[in-house]
Amino acid sequence: MFKITENNINNIHELETQILQDPTVGGIVYFQGVVRNHNDGKDVKSLEYEAYSEMAQKVGNDIIQRAKEKFSIVDAYSVHRVGHLDINDTAVWVIATSHHRKEAFLASEYIIDTIKQEVPIWKREHYINEEPKWVACHRCMGHHDH
Amino acid sequence: MKINVKYFASFRDKTGVSSETIETTEQSISELFIELNQKYDFPLNKEQIKVACNEEYVSFETLIKDNDTIVFIPPVAGG
Repeated sequence: MFKITENNINNIHELETQILQDPTVGGIVYFQGVVRNHNDGKDVKSLEYEAYSEMAQKVGNDIIQRAKEKFSIVDAYSVHRVGHLDINDTAVWVIATSHHRKEAFLASEYIIDTIKQEVPIWKREHYINEEPKWVACHRCMGHHDH
Repeated sequence: MKINVKYFASFRDKTGVSSETIETTEQSISELFIELNQKYDFPLNKEQIKVACNEEYVSFETLIKDNDTIVFIPPVAGG
């Protein structure tokens, strides 16, 4: 399941997911993407995420489904926050569960990489000394990723 | 025919609206892009973006139908 939310998702306890309850699961991988205070040498003070929500929901769910077909995981869940986020706020969670750990690691990496490339979400960075700017996905632009 | 166009991020900033319903005689999304680009002077060209029709990625050569919802998708940056 993939969700877009305007709510704070900093704490894992706030996630509305049932996938952690499966008794057959032996490994759970969590990826937490958070807002950092710098990008491309600029001092970032906050971020603004905007989504084409209806389509983002569909594309995100399709990515989760592809991950489940590609890897032997039990389930996967991702939630992406939109709106104005401060430094250290959580922007995205990816959780993959599997019987054994390796598939969950692989699936969670696949899911976050593909979200960054395909889900219609945009990011405007607010800087300390410059005007805000819409930025593109670094990985898609051929730069390093975090 | 009548279609809906939604704008996000830098495209919304440029057009000043988040969506509009327009009458068009253009056949393909590519032709629609040219028409709207003349009106708004979009911040990115066709080669730099993707396009969605009715919430699915499609090619610019896709033919437009009445009541379609078209969205020009600037480079995404989730995560």
